[in-house]
Amino acid sequence: MSFELPKLPYALDALEPHISKKTLEFHYGKHHQAYINNLNNLVAGTKFENATLETIVKEAEGAIFNNGAQVWNHTFYFTSFSPSGAKKPSGKLADAIDKQFGTFSAFIDEFSKAAVTLFGSGWIWLVKNPDGTLNTLQESNAGNPLRKGLLPVLTCDVWEHAYYLDYQNKRPDYIQAFWNVIDWNILSGRF
Amino acid sequence: MIATKFELPKLDYAYDALEPYIDAKTMEIHHSKHHAGYTNNLNNAIPGTAYEGKEVEELFMNAKTLPAAIRNNGGGFYNHNLFWKVMSPNGGGLPGGNLADAINRDFGSFDKFKELFSNAAATRFGSGWAWLLVNNGELKITSTPNQDNPLMDVADVRGTPILGLDVWEHAYYLKYQNRRPEYIAAFWNVINWEEVSGRFIDSAKINH
Repeated sequence: MSFELPKLPYALDALEPHISKKTLEFHYGKHHQAYINNLNNLVAGTKFENATLETIVKEAEGAIFNNGAQVWNHTFYFTSFSPSGAKKPSGKLADAIDKQFGTFSAFIDEFSKAAVTLFGSGWIWLVKNPDGTLNTLQESNAGNPLRKGLLPVLTCDVWEHAYYLDYQNKRPDYIQAFWNVIDWNILSGRF
Repeated sequence: MIATKFELPKLDYAYDALEPYIDAKTMEIHHSKHHAGYTNNLNNAIPGTAYEGKEVEELFMNAKTLPAAIRNNGGGFYNHNLFWKVMSPNGGGLPGGNLADAINRDFGSFDKFKELFSNAAATRFGSGWAWLLVNNGELKITSTPNQDNPLMDVADVRGTPILGLDVWEHAYYLKYQNRRPEYIAAFWNVINWEEVSGRFIDSAKINH
């Protein structure tokens, strides 16, 4: 199986001013592309040669896991955005958020705090547990909750490459901007 | 250095002194925001704890049991102190003397050392540092994650670091973006070999 860079559902400048065109040119065009190229090179001649991406994320180790998970994570991240998406959850996801966190606002606070405080590179996740409840999760580097049997609903990339051109050291400002481009209708579809 | 309160050191050169290899904007943000942040966070994390009054190097000996805030910010404080010192606007070229001999002895040649160090820097996945360190007089190369360093008991390869390269993306992203190998190649132009040599000689005085 040869993995390919998936098309972005929006133009590179569509998320301005929250995430700049320049950032997406590098983040999508260089970083995400490189993980795809690396993955294709690494799985050749191994037991993962014809594996699905999800299998790679769940079962691989080392460089194959790092690159495979980063491919999965970035696709999930970029496809969570919309220039004019739903700004709040509705339906079952909204109910689950209120049940778990009290209010939507309290969820935003908790997720944002987790995003600001993760030390080093990594991802913050909103996941659905097998029993239907929700949790926020911090994962370092390429960490992905599929490995723990959890269902990803939302992710935020806090590797510095995700925000450094636009926000430099000001990660909290990036997190605030992140909420402006998340499309909750897309997330509801995952829940 | 009496560790009552950790102080952000001044640089020995201007923010633009390492141009074009490391850009002025990066130096300014890296020093006045990131390094300053680690220093402030460390100073906030220590008071009233059993770690008060100790040098960071001493704390690193038991990094495994340190609270994350002290390990991470203590590491960030120490690592960046070293980083600014091992660079210079008059840097580059080749080491001489005892250090050059040790590099040839332990790696075969300077070029081989350069290749190994550059590879360690390029292949550190996520945030971290590449290091040249001394252990019982022997030179070794390693990389560590996040703000860890080879003085810490948690490090895979332990010893006294004498040269370090920051490969957190904040160290190079404004100028090099995803092109970390280009940043690593540029670094060789600013290494202060006098400082590194001095640290090599001093390391012989430290017991491991």
